[in-house]
Parts: sequence; structure tokens; C-alpha cells
Amino acid sequence: MAVALSPPLRLTDLGDTAFNVEFGDGIDRATNARVTALAAAIRHRPPAGLVEVVPTFRSLLVSYDPLATCRAVIEAEVMALAAGCDEAPAATGRSWRIPVCYDDDLGPDLAEIRRATGLSRAEVIALHAGTGYFVYMLGFMPGFAYLGDTPPALRLPRRDTPRVKVPAGSVAIADAMGAVYPWDSPGGWHLLGRTPAVMFDLGRDPPSLLAAGDRVAFVPVGRDEYEAACRDPGRMAPARLLVGDC
Amino acid sequence: MPAGLEVLQPGLHTTVQDLGRFGFQALGVPVAGALDFVGLRLANALVGNRPGEACLEISYFGPTLRVTVQAARIAVCGPARLWRTGASGGEPETLAPDRSHRLERGDVLAIGAVSGASVAYLAVAGGFDLAPLMGSLSTYVRAGLGPLGGGPVTAGALLPLCAGAAVDGGALALPGPMDYGGGPVRVVPGPQADGFTDEAMATLLSADYVVTREADRMGLRLEGPPLGHRRGADIVSDGVVSGCIQVPGNGNPIILLADHQTTGGYAKIATVVSADLPRVGRMVPGTRLSFAAVSVEQAEALRRRLELEIARQVGGLRAVDAGLDLTALYRADLVSGMVDALKNDDG
Repeated sequence: MAVALSPPLRLTDLGDTAFNVEFGDGIDRATNARVTALAAAIRHRPPAGLVEVVPTFRSLLVSYDPLATCRAVIEAEVMALAAGCDEAPAATGRSWRIPVCYDDDLGPDLAEIRRATGLSRAEVIALHAGTGYFVYMLGFMPGFAYLGDTPPALRLPRRDTPRVKVPAGSVAIADAMGAVYPWDSPGGWHLLGRTPAVMFDLGRDPPSLLAAGDRVAFVPVGRDEYEAACRDPGRMAPARLLVGDC
Repeated sequence: MPAGLEVLQPGLHTTVQDLGRFGFQALGVPVAGALDFVGLRLANALVGNRPGEACLEISYFGPTLRVTVQAARIAVCGPARLWRTGASGGEPETLAPDRSHRLERGDVLAIGAVSGASVAYLAVAGGFDLAPLMGSLSTYVRAGLGPLGGGPVTAGALLPLCAGAAVDGGALALPGPMDYGGGPVRVVPGPQADGFTDEAMATLLSADYVVTREADRMGLRLEGPPLGHRRGADIVSDGVVSGCIQVPGNGNPIILLADHQTTGGYAKIATVVSADLPRVGRMVPGTRLSFAAVSVEQAEALRRRLELEIARQVGGLRAVDAGLDLTALYRADLVSGMVDALKNDDG
């Protein structure tokens, strides 16, 4: 009888206001799914004194108010919830289609990507847009989702010199990850296109388009369609990008 | 004329902050909030606000504000210099920090240098009449999140005040300056203490470090003996909190503060305990510091002790005469004069 055993949880200390529950060392969907499952369990039945949980690739940050609880108590409550979590949690999250224009001026690293990979322009776009991505976590800045996994043929280390300003909406790759920059910001990833979709909008609830556990597909669009959508943000309303639940 | 505080001059970097924007870090939204939560809470206590009401966080050099409401009760908590000039002009009158003051319509409040700390807090009775964003009035400038367009206050801006706040009654003063403590900054080893050499941990807990000029709301870069990693500086990005001491490849530690990103990809050797965060958040470039390790349980006890000290300060608020406050004058003028003299002696 083969029983798939998950590696034991490991707890690490972040002072007296948080601890990390670590599910593994690497980036893989099975580990990440366990992070997501514990996050959901804690949000569903939050222990007293909980401030928030922050899911990342392989660990869950549990942040608490040390005046409303203490580590020993909240740790026991979280571990009890973890024990009740399914070893192989079902997929949750939503599925999105995000349009991307791969024109050279919007994807200024396309030429470099072609040179480094030996692929043609059409091959790069077909690989990038032909892959289904999974949102492992958000971080770096509001609404910035880490999307995996980039096809092996497109994996490149980050740029030696980060850009001072990457325009909002830039679609980028680095190593096994992809992302859409939600804001104008510094960035060291390779830019291969741009989306008119707004990744973070304070007028929405929740403001972030993507959440951990979501799926993303990139859909190539022409310049006309890209610019029309930039002029008319209504075309990019989340409801029109949403394919459905996973 | 609009009702509130009109910004005549914005100061070096003045932002609206409260105790932070919690609950959205899973979406990548940083907590932000006051670098010194003690100063913010005491400033609010001085004007009768609830502890977490939003204040102006004044970094290094403060703003000049004109009162455009009938009257306002304000307090600046922290080592700042401040002056009032009446509507009819005349000589500026020195006001003391760490106590409340009643200002009248047309008064101009000028806040000058903050000395010996990076921040001070201006609270106004009743608070600012601004719309919270995701449950908070904290400002995160890097993404433009917060009131006033998410940026620092600018000249010409109006800071609207909530109407109906009590401005009458006697002024209140702290019983004495808040003691932020001295000695080594207490840290809990982890979350990646095992990613560093034994020597690195021994160095962290014995060597002196100095706050460099790369110090802002995001963090303090320290200079001192470098800390060596066992397996390189990079980790799979994970969640971080204020006080985390992350160490990039050059081995120089960085203490993350209020505006830190929600996740980080550098190994973190230790985390400053929450009781010492206000002290660290106030540190200015050139400050020397060392570290001492404590357990999580000790860190919790230290935080409870800090809360007792805050409660002692709030419980000991004393009424001060509306007229001359010799203690305040002494602290504002004589003591800073002596500090200047000592600096000159140092060369």
C-alpha cells in the first residue's frame, strides 16, 4: 500500500509577532497547494489574536498580535488546523485570460530573449502564450503575482542591470517565473509584451486582479485591440477577463 | 476658506500614518504605518484621541501649517522644535513638544528639526477627516497608497480635520520624555538563522553596527562586520515582518521597517522584537547599535513591559498651566543648546 507522506511541517520564528509554517524547500505546486489550504483553513476559523496570513511559495506567514494571544497558544491552534488540512487539497481559485500585445516597443527584451534562446519571435510568443500559469503567491508590490511555470526553453536569469522603470502592465519572465508588473516600478525581469489589463485597482474589491491559487492564460492581441482596450478600460473589467473557477 | 490645517511648507518627508494597513499582505500590500508606534500613540493620548488615530509622521524636518478652523488642539510627540505665530504676526513663540497646545484660527505652526530621532508625530484632536483606504490611513508612497493621493504632504494641500473635537480644557503633558531604552537591540534568531555560519551569528550578537545613510521607512542598512551565509544569500521568497534582519550577498544586514515589502528573497538571520521596533524606527544615520538574542517568550514579556511603560505615560499625563511652562522651555532651549555645544566640542 503506497501512502504518499508529506514532509513534516517546520516552524520558524519571526520575533514575537509572527512565525512561518514551512511545507518544503522548493517551488512546486503540491507544496504550494498545502500552503494555500492552510491559509484557507486559518481564514475560515481564525484563532484569537490572528492579524493575517501571508501565503508564499512554500510557507505560510502567520502574523499575530502578541498582546491578544501568545506564540504558544496560537501556534497550537494553527497546528491543529494544519492537522485537519487535506494532504492533497483540491484546486481552488479562479481562471483568467489576460490579453498581451507582443510588439517590440512594448516588449523591449523580445530581441534579447530571441538571441538568448535561439527561438524565433513566433516561437517565443507561442511558448509564452501557449502555457497555462499558476499563481504561486503575491509579493514584491501590491498585486504582483508570481506565475509559474515558465516553459524551460524561455527560462533566463534576471537581467544583469535592473531597469529603473518598468511600465505598469509589462509582461515579464525571469527563471521559472512570470509576472505582470502592476505599477510603474524598478524591475530586473525580461519584458516581452504589455497588457491593457489593470492588475491592481483601488476601486475594486478586492483591488488585486489575481490571488494565490488562480490560473492565468496569456492571449496574444494586436496593436489595435491593445490600444482600444487602453482607451476603454471597461473592456478590461475583471468580469470580462474571468474564465471561471478552476 | 477650507477647514483644517493648510500646508504652507511640507517639511522634508511628512506623511499621514496610523498603526498600519493589516489584512492585505496576501495581495502584496505592505503594512506601512508609523515607524514609532509609541510616539504615535502618545501624541494621540495628549489630544484625547484613540491610540491608533492617524497622525502626521514628521521625518527629520517638519512642516509649517496654518490653522483654518476656529480652534484646534494639537500635540507633537518626539524631539522636535516648534513655534507658533499668531494670525497678526509678531515674534514666533516657542512651543514645547510632548504636550498639547490650543491653536486659534490663523495661527501658523512651524515644526523645525527633529533632533536625535528620525521621526516625531503630530496629532490633532479628533483626527484628520480623510477616507481610509483598505481600512487604514497609512501612506505607502512607493505605490501611492493612502490618503492625499498616497504621497507625502505637499505645499498648498489642506489637511481636513474632523469636526466636533474638544479643543477646550487644560493642556496635557507627558510626565517625562518616553524612555525608549538603551543597550543592545533585542532579537529573536530566525527565521533563517540556520542559513548563516556559527561565526556570523556570534558576530551579529557581539559586534557594533552603525546605521548608514541608506535609512528610510523601508529599512535601515547597517555597516559593520559582514555576516556569512552557509548556502548563499538567496532563499525561496517568504513572508517577512518589520524587524526582520535580512542579509544580502554582501553580508551587510538590513533591518526591515514599516514600508518593507510583504515578502523577501534574502536570508534573515534574526528579527528585532516588537518592543524594540519603535527605538529602531527612530534611529538616524550614524547611530551605533549592537544586538542581543532573546527567546520568543522573552520577547513577549518585553513587549508587555513596553505596554506597561506606555500605560504609565498615559496614566501620568499631567495638566499644564496655559501660561509659562518652565520645564518645557528648559527642555526646548537650554538642553538643545547644550547638545549643540557638546557637538561643537567633539569637533
